[in-house]
Amino acid sequence: MTKVNRRTFIQATGVAAAAGVAGMPTVVLGASKKVVVVGGGPGGATCARYLKIFDPGIEVTLIEPNKQYHTCFMSNEVIAGKRSIEAIRHGYDGLKKAGINVVHDRVAAIDPAKKVVKTAGGQEFAYDRCVVAPGIDFRYDTIEGYDENAIKDVPHAWKAGEQTMILRKQLEAMQDGGTVVICPPPNPFRCPPGPYERASLIASYLKKHKPKSKIIILDPKGKFSKQGLFKAAWKKFYGFGTDNAMIEWRGGDQDAGVVAVDVASKTVTTKFGDKVKVDVLNVIPAQKAGKIAHVAGLANDSGWCPVNLHTFESTIHKNIHVIGDASIAKGMPKSGYAANSEAKVCAASVAALLNGKEPPVPAYVNTCYSIAADDWGFSVAAVYRLAKDGSKIIKVSGGLTPGDAPPEYYKREVFYAHSWYNNITRDIFGG
Amino acid sequence: MPRKMRHVLWVAGLAVGLAATSAQAGEKKELMSGASGQMLAAQCDGCHGPGGASAGPATPNIGGISKDYMLEVMEGFASGEVPSTIMGRIAKGYSKEDVAKLADHYSRLKWVPAKQPFDAKMAKEGAKLHEKYCEKCHEDGGKKAEEDAAILAGQWMPYLQFTMADFLSGRREMTKKMKKKVKKLIKAKGEKGLHAIVHFYASQQ
Repeated sequence: MTKVNRRTFIQATGVAAAAGVAGMPTVVLGASKKVVVVGGGPGGATCARYLKIFDPGIEVTLIEPNKQYHTCFMSNEVIAGKRSIEAIRHGYDGLKKAGINVVHDRVAAIDPAKKVVKTAGGQEFAYDRCVVAPGIDFRYDTIEGYDENAIKDVPHAWKAGEQTMILRKQLEAMQDGGTVVICPPPNPFRCPPGPYERASLIASYLKKHKPKSKIIILDPKGKFSKQGLFKAAWKKFYGFGTDNAMIEWRGGDQDAGVVAVDVASKTVTTKFGDKVKVDVLNVIPAQKAGKIAHVAGLANDSGWCPVNLHTFESTIHKNIHVIGDASIAKGMPKSGYAANSEAKVCAASVAALLNGKEPPVPAYVNTCYSIAADDWGFSVAAVYRLAKDGSKIIKVSGGLTPGDAPPEYYKREVFYAHSWYNNITRDIFGG
Repeated sequence: MPRKMRHVLWVAGLAVGLAATSAQAGEKKELMSGASGQMLAAQCDGCHGPGGASAGPATPNIGGISKDYMLEVMEGFASGEVPSTIMGRIAKGYSKEDVAKLADHYSRLKWVPAKQPFDAKMAKEGAKLHEKYCEKCHEDGGKKAEEDAAILAGQWMPYLQFTMADFLSGRREMTKKMKKKVKKLIKAKGEKGLHAIVHFYASQQ
């Protein structure tokens, strides 16, 4: 029989029991708890804040090059002149107040062996765990004639701020009777309903101010997010499907995706070979994880970052977690709410792991509103859990605004969309 | 056996017992996963605001809500008995245990009254009407979160208006008591009377 010393038995069992029952953090003596968060968008900022909420003892540093962040969500309202650019601008004072060390610099490298983050400004930050939330980058090479130099004339406006205002100003300068072309990207991409909400809100602006104008969507895809709800709204408000349609959608079955852009003459060429001359051109190229994810070797051949869906730890590099648009969160869309949701699951896991505990059972949610006209909004929502084998995130409920909802409910969804914005931005940036 | 040792064994046994129960619950559940109240609530706060204190203009405050009311309304959302824009689709995803954890979590938080504009004259009139028609169940000017009463004082005005519109249209069923009082109020003051009461709730900040 193995000799069990009574004192060691009591110590061992006692500690385990206390930890299990009271949920006390297991104190690992001498262990430091340093987390470096790379990127201050919805994913990164939320994660930094919730790390402090779940364990105030964690030393959290967030590194983000910009002093202000413009949210992509609600930027379509800015493009349509319904909201000011200031109303989608957020600073980092809320994070600083929460005890987070905010550093404005660009991360140039992550050394997973030495566990050090290096910045372009020459600073080095050691970490126990690193959270990478770099958002997206564009695959400019997929469209001939389009590159980073062209975006001042032909904005993508898929990272908000200056790009949003370029598109807004071009719409303001356009003559009545002009043609606006929106070129959505192929899947997967940030904010799946975004290009179609953009078309709707630009139509809402043109209908009031430049009613002879037209919007053409040249889409590489055969179908799109919230398609039924968008098309119904376009019929109701913008003559969709009639000779006087303000919005025309050409899809993948017509090979309508854009393969080339001539910036100087503002002409696009579709895969089919059609050439369309345009007054205002918005090209949203195919996407991949943000640059640092590639530099740090966190992305696979798909261009996105594979992760453990419970902890969001990279399956390529240990102790580095990837959240938000850049991650492959199988089952969840690349949305702002999903990034916020994943950030909380990741923060809870990181806090537990740093305290020598098992990551807690996760819960995930997505809610996403689109506004298609004055007093006309709709949503998609989902509640998710992790599959038992951890292989995917499974939707357990949710769905779209019912097509037969009373008009009053579509109006309410606009109120809730604006409330959503006010609440999620406080949840992300504090304040 | 020394007393201390017995105690330790008992506690350890309890811990094992608890772990076993939650493991069984995990097997049975097909809805949400048996996550903690804190984890579940963190996922709601994106829409309802940190701590369930909404920045408005319409999404309701839920921090400080009555536990019983939350249990009831979440069940109503899921069954469709309580009409909603989005909550019906969401509420269906949670088990009774999950909702109980959420209700426990949010009922312990502080109610933060909404900062919103209101008409002072209407609020004054509404205060009197509240006293006469509503105070019996929505005690203390609509501030109390007891039993199944929703907190009305300091709730966002559009939300109160939407909810009242659903009651009046018959989309949402009123309790017998409420139906009687609302009928009397409308007979005496018209729908204006209801608007005045809403302004009274909004005025309590």
